[in-house]
Amino acid sequence: MPLLWLIGIVLAIAVAGYVIGRKRALDSAGGDPRNLHSLPSYYGSNVAMKVVVPSVLVLLVWLIVQPIYVGSVVSGALPDRAIADGSSRDLVMAEVRRTADGLNNAVAQGIMTDEEARDMRADFTDVTQRLKDAGQIVTSEVTQPILNAAQQFRAMNATGAIAMAIVVTLLAIGGLLWGLKESEKDFRARNTVEQGVKALLIAAASIAVLTTVGIVLSLIFNTYEFFKLYPWYEFFFGTTWSPSFSGRGGSSELGIIPLLWGTLYISIVALAVAVPIGLFAAIYLSEYAGPKVRAVAKPLLEVLAGIPTIVYGLFALLTVGPMLVSVFGKEGLGIMQSGTAVMTAGLVMGIMLIPFVSSLSDDIINAVPQAMRDGSYGLGATKSETIKQVVLPAALPGIVGAILLAASRAIGETMIVVLGAGAAARLSLNPFEAMTTVTAKIVSQLTGDADFASPEALVAFALGMTLFVITLGLNIFALYIVRKYREQYE
Amino acid sequence: MTDASMHETPRKSSIHTIDARTKQRNASESRFKAYGIAAIALGLFFLVVLFVSIVRSGLPAFTKTVVEVEFTLTQEQFEQAESQLMKTGAYQDLFIAGIQSQLDARNIDVQADPAALERLLGKIGGDIRAFYSENPGMVGEPHVFGLSASSRVDGYFNGRVTRETLVDSRFLQASDLDLVDALFEAGIIKSAFNWGFITGADSGVDNPGGAGIGVSVVGSFFMMLVVLVLSLPIGVAASIYLEEFAPKNRWTDLIEVNISNLAAVPSIVFGILGLAVFIQFMHLPQSAPLVGGLVLTLMTLPTIIISTRASLKSVPPSIRDAALGVGASKMQAVFHHVLPLAMPGILTGTIIGLAQALGETAPLLLIGMVGFVARGYPDGFVGGFVEPNSAMPAQIYTWAARADASFYDKAWGGIIVLLVFLLTMNIIAIILRRRFERRW
Repeated sequence: MPLLWLIGIVLAIAVAGYVIGRKRALDSAGGDPRNLHSLPSYYGSNVAMKVVVPSVLVLLVWLIVQPIYVGSVVSGALPDRAIADGSSRDLVMAEVRRTADGLNNAVAQGIMTDEEARDMRADFTDVTQRLKDAGQIVTSEVTQPILNAAQQFRAMNATGAIAMAIVVTLLAIGGLLWGLKESEKDFRARNTVEQGVKALLIAAASIAVLTTVGIVLSLIFNTYEFFKLYPWYEFFFGTTWSPSFSGRGGSSELGIIPLLWGTLYISIVALAVAVPIGLFAAIYLSEYAGPKVRAVAKPLLEVLAGIPTIVYGLFALLTVGPMLVSVFGKEGLGIMQSGTAVMTAGLVMGIMLIPFVSSLSDDIINAVPQAMRDGSYGLGATKSETIKQVVLPAALPGIVGAILLAASRAIGETMIVVLGAGAAARLSLNPFEAMTTVTAKIVSQLTGDADFASPEALVAFALGMTLFVITLGLNIFALYIVRKYREQYE
Repeated sequence: MTDASMHETPRKSSIHTIDARTKQRNASESRFKAYGIAAIALGLFFLVVLFVSIVRSGLPAFTKTVVEVEFTLTQEQFEQAESQLMKTGAYQDLFIAGIQSQLDARNIDVQADPAALERLLGKIGGDIRAFYSENPGMVGEPHVFGLSASSRVDGYFNGRVTRETLVDSRFLQASDLDLVDALFEAGIIKSAFNWGFITGADSGVDNPGGAGIGVSVVGSFFMMLVVLVLSLPIGVAASIYLEEFAPKNRWTDLIEVNISNLAAVPSIVFGILGLAVFIQFMHLPQSAPLVGGLVLTLMTLPTIIISTRASLKSVPPSIRDAALGVGASKMQAVFHHVLPLAMPGILTGTIIGLAQALGETAPLLLIGMVGFVARGYPDGFVGGFVEPNSAMPAQIYTWAARADASFYDKAWGGIIVLLVFLLTMNIIAIILRRRFERRW
């Protein structure tokens, strides 16, 4: 692994820089650390920092930029005749990449020499067969243009790697010299190092922003691609969801309405289960329960929140579904066809949300000052009257916020609906029928080997965008309500 | 002082007898309290049902039925079998004859139908031939073969398949169950601990018996390594900046808002991000634990940042003041004094964040870490990060989504393994908090 070697070299230079820089600074002070501006180790760290930071930064940028640059150059050099009908430049480029990988691996295994891989011609030697013999996956016949492109791809990448190694090593050595030059007794090494550390801290904190930007950009770009292939009004207002699986035919109908309906319906069922149970549990725990009951019941309820959603999914599919079928199915009331249904998923999701509602509401109810309760008791109200007429109204904005947050959880929940709600997208009012949700369809459209050029795969990004906007909106709205209507009691 | 009203409305009842309205109010009080108790009881009931169904359905995955037969192959039989055209078939016939002779020796009157045994055991001739060609010295010696029975037989013994519900298939037919019972009575069919489930890889769609979770545990392990190595330093650095250094300005406000929003973004959206950025854009390998780890890192960061900030905040300002007072710089005060004191809280938060990441499924499905890619252990340390692998929850999902009901046992068993890991992590977190957290 040349990359690991490169990192190793940079680190070795940094360590050497630390030792030498520290010694140089001490020597310049006549061996007495009291004559230095900073502690000796700061001089060493200063040199190490100057070695590592620029070279690693360049390394990272290079690693990201090189594949994009090489890809665009090679793709631009592909002759138009190399792209077959019904294919696209991206697909051919994927083939080129695979071929180049195959050549690399073949060379690594010693099946081909480097010269062969560089100069081979598809019309003279049977490249496809040789690559297959090397255990490489080549999907179709390797043609001359593809092979040429792959060879160019390999050559550019190899040159790039060498250039990167040289540039990074030179930068590291340059940093070393710069740092060593500074290492003398009056240099304010501590301040420099602390500035560097602070920059590092800011960079770490900014990753959250970068993540959001990444999410938004990746959603927007792919959604835009999707709307180039599929009209947006049919996506937002279409009432049928039936993607064709064969691929590029225009026969897919990708209307989001049935998915939104399924999402909404399941969330409503889930909230109908979670809100009463969670709320009453919170009221009991904060107002009635003694410290002993509270110490046992609260953590036990919160265990429900720590269980992974895949467990709930399986619970819905294999326990709750069959149980509901035995009551509402053919042998019972006869209104349920199969175990996967809105009711199954909603019920189980409700169980998952109980601790979410209860611990948020518990905190909010506890924040209502005792004086308000005492005032109510003083007027002769019973405990439940106090709760219903004083505590809950005071806590209401917070509770509404908690319910909205739970709703956003329910809308974004994936595994329970993938396993418990079924796969059929339909608009129906019967809660015992199978329906599907936005999240479940994102999973089903993007798993398997989808290429990212078909509307059937790209629609997942549009669905993701919708989901992101809805949950973000709900969260912001919830926070807004809590902030706006929260009474300041202190 | 005289009060006219006292005479106007004479007291209806004494304070000791409860009037109708008080009764009603008291009743409503106890009703309300009962609702609360019922809600908690219902919540706990769901918890119990969940755990009972996990344990009851999951335990069968840890056992399997094996057919243990003592079998002696004579030199003569060996040569004869090797000389035939259908060598494995010949071994199979010999072996089945062996089973029959053992049944006869125990006076059990059942015909060991070769076709039925082939359904129970699969094509065993190859295994037996392989054994004898590897150990030629064993020819003529008695040897006990432990062969795993088909997963339908497992199902019959743990009650999933009964005589009434059995659907005839090439794995088991209703008529075979007499033979199974007889073999069980004879002590030839036994149940044994299924090590293959803990150490094995995912098997094909038609071999539920051979499926194991070991490889995806390794995948999860490498993923958690990535998450730990990235999210702990980044999360701690971000929290230190926001808690100790950040000035009040637009940029820090933006960061704060972003962190609290990211904590509430559905996990599947992170999967889309990983697919678009790491795989589509950066061309990192698909299905690799490295990519899974990166996605989960982004997902866990908000959790870790929130808990780290809480524990930094709980270190009293007097510690900082004392450090600054003896001449430390602000950076030194934070890194030498505040951070070590906050460390137990930070580690607790990190472990809880990791436990959350360990159970996450949806984003992994999008970046291709589905169960059926977990076919073998990765080569070496670097291979563990970049070779296609699955993770425990994704493996469980793959099993649950298969048509063959025998995989459901495996899925439940996988959940037990997953929950054991989660439980261990949470217990470590609790112990850390109990032992090292200081109250100021």
